[in-house]
Amino acid sequence: MQADPTHPGGGTSDTPGHAASIHNIGYRSYEGARLGRGYARRSLFAQSLRGGYGLGRSARSKVTPMLLFGIMCVPALVVVAVAIATGVDELPVDYRAYASFLAPVIGLYLAAMAPQSVSRDLRFRTVPLYFSRPIERVDYVLAKYAAMAAALFVFTAVPLLVLYAGALLGELDFAEQTRDLALGLVSVAVLSLVYAGIGLVVAALTPRRGFGVAAIIAVLTIPYFAVTTVQFIASESGGDGTAAVGWLGLASPGTLMSGFQAKFLGAPSDFPGRVVPSDAAGLCYLLLVLALVAGSYAVLMARYRKAGL
Amino acid sequence: MTVIVTQSLTKRYPRVTALDRLTVDITPGVTGLVGANGAGKSTLIKILLGLSPATEGDARVLGLDVATEGPAIRERVGYMPEHDCLPPDVSATEFVVHMARMSGLPPTAARERTADTLRHVGLYEERYRPMGGYSTGMKQRVKLAQALVHDPRLVLLDEPTNGLDPVGRDHMLDLIRRVHTDFGISVLVTSHLLGELERTCDHVVVVDGGRLLRSSSTSDFTQATAALAVEVTDTDAHPDGGAALLAALTTAGIAARPASAEGGLPGAGHVLLVEVAGEETYDLVRDAVADLGLGLVRMEQRQHHIAEVFQQHDSDTKGGSGHAG
Ligand SMILES: Nc1ncnc2c1ncn2[C@@H]1O[C@H](COP(=O)(O)OP(=O)(O)OP(=O)(O)O)[C@@H](O)[C@H]1O
Ligand SMILES: [Mg+2]
Repeated sequence: MQADPTHPGGGTSDTPGHAASIHNIGYRSYEGARLGRGYARRSLFAQSLRGGYGLGRSARSKVTPMLLFGIMCVPALVVVAVAIATGVDELPVDYRAYASFLAPVIGLYLAAMAPQSVSRDLRFRTVPLYFSRPIERVDYVLAKYAAMAAALFVFTAVPLLVLYAGALLGELDFAEQTRDLALGLVSVAVLSLVYAGIGLVVAALTPRRGFGVAAIIAVLTIPYFAVTTVQFIASESGGDGTAAVGWLGLASPGTLMSGFQAKFLGAPSDFPGRVVPSDAAGLCYLLLVLALVAGSYAVLMARYRKAGL
Repeated sequence: MTVIVTQSLTKRYPRVTALDRLTVDITPGVTGLVGANGAGKSTLIKILLGLSPATEGDARVLGLDVATEGPAIRERVGYMPEHDCLPPDVSATEFVVHMARMSGLPPTAARERTADTLRHVGLYEERYRPMGGYSTGMKQRVKLAQALVHDPRLVLLDEPTNGLDPVGRDHMLDLIRRVHTDFGISVLVTSHLLGELERTCDHVVVVDGGRLLRSSSTSDFTQATAALAVEVTDTDAHPDGGAALLAALTTAGIAARPASAEGGLPGAGHVLLVEVAGEETYDLVRDAVADLGLGLVRMEQRQHHIAEVFQQHDSDTKGGSGHAG
């Protein structure tokens, strides 16, 4: 078929000059590069990451992510302005506490964007078009997961950079600020990976419009309030109850992050009584974080096995 | 050179056998894959794309083994699904550019080829509008465009005329014809209507219940199945005009049968299906009707229905298994 005589438009006139004359060009075959799977995966990652902020979409799609991103950054700007104006010798918020301080905003962003990223392809049955191409299921899942995590990382890391810039302008201790910023970035990186996994899994399992948003908010908030309530009761009862606070934190995504960074990243504890998880509990925090990331990936892979064609 | 070869290809699902020892050999050009609902057409396409493993047998697409060389096949083949697959809130241009990149085309080439391909399928100003507002015909064109944008060597089109009105269907069929004649791309196109594929295809494969019924070039097909429907009135001399004409034609050596044998239309008792051997058949029928003094109500080329082919096939082979082409 390569030397098909019935191929009248066989020329490869891909020069830009040719594209200008749009009338009556016959079919042109394509002899240029085919960049394959790796390129397709990177393109899907880039497109999904941009989609996470409504870029390359309609103006309306930009409103929600940009508004939330603005809300996420405003407190940092205010803190910086106040800190510089009053000449404090320490920032009033810790880099590692900023994300938990604004947890509801992060939750809303995830609830709005994760369904955008995966449910649409399932709902409109676009998935078979991907899998009939060189791109494979692994590529699709990795690209979508990485893009969601990267979008969340941008969302949570930029305010920390604002704080840092302010701290340097206010001539606070450079070494200490840089170290704390680095720990803060590690903390939001872990948060981004865990939350992206949870958000995408819930979204991929509830492709119906609107349901994904509600389900993600429910998964993030209901266990969180349940856990903090029980933790508070346990802490009040003292003794064994105080030790239980650390273990209880494993039971919701929000408290998992708090306990994790209190234990490993030197963050001030959010738990009642400023409890920091024990070493044994800490190990479980670490394992659970890893299990959530790996588990989310596995569930997504299974989900798209069925969605094939 | 063959484009698709299958050898005793079988696909069994827990409850049904979707493909049953299918052996076909498809050459470059436009090939129609015809079968009723559930005949196994879409199943065959999934196997050919290397996305669904065959239970038994094997298949090669463009010389590549579907079981082991799926990725290489998917690089060279385009696929248009039978179902809707377009997100309503993006424009045709954005969508096809994205799909071109998923096929490995660099950004600039993806944009250029998208513009070209959308123009070739007949989408102009509308291509910048969100696809949610498109008519079914426009959506089918975008689906075709995304299958062609990376200049594949073969496209698999699953029921591209689905949901189109007669005019839209004709446009789509012309377009499919051009995909081969002008673009030099081989086509496998499925449908449940044999009639509509006759004009478009060089070769037709008929499947039923997962088994091959027939595989032959379209010209063979038309000859074997071309029929003339003749309806006559009764007269006093011939109280059953149809029977009288049937007898007269049989004597004249023309193959004919009553259409009612198909369990067909009401009043079909008066309709005869006459096999067309050549131009002279028309004259012979006209003369026979005139000699008997019957009134000729109508005489028309019959649209072929799958059922008719099945029936002919059954009477041809007396229930034997399908013959491969
Ligand atoms: N994933 C599946 N699991 C179980 N059975 C299936 C599956 N896919 C198809 N089938 C069955 O296999 C048979 C062939 O289906 P297929 O979709 O290939 O038919 P088709 O010729 O494309 O029909 P249509 O004209 O309706 O599209 C049907 O009986 C169908 O129910
Ligand atoms: Mg089908």
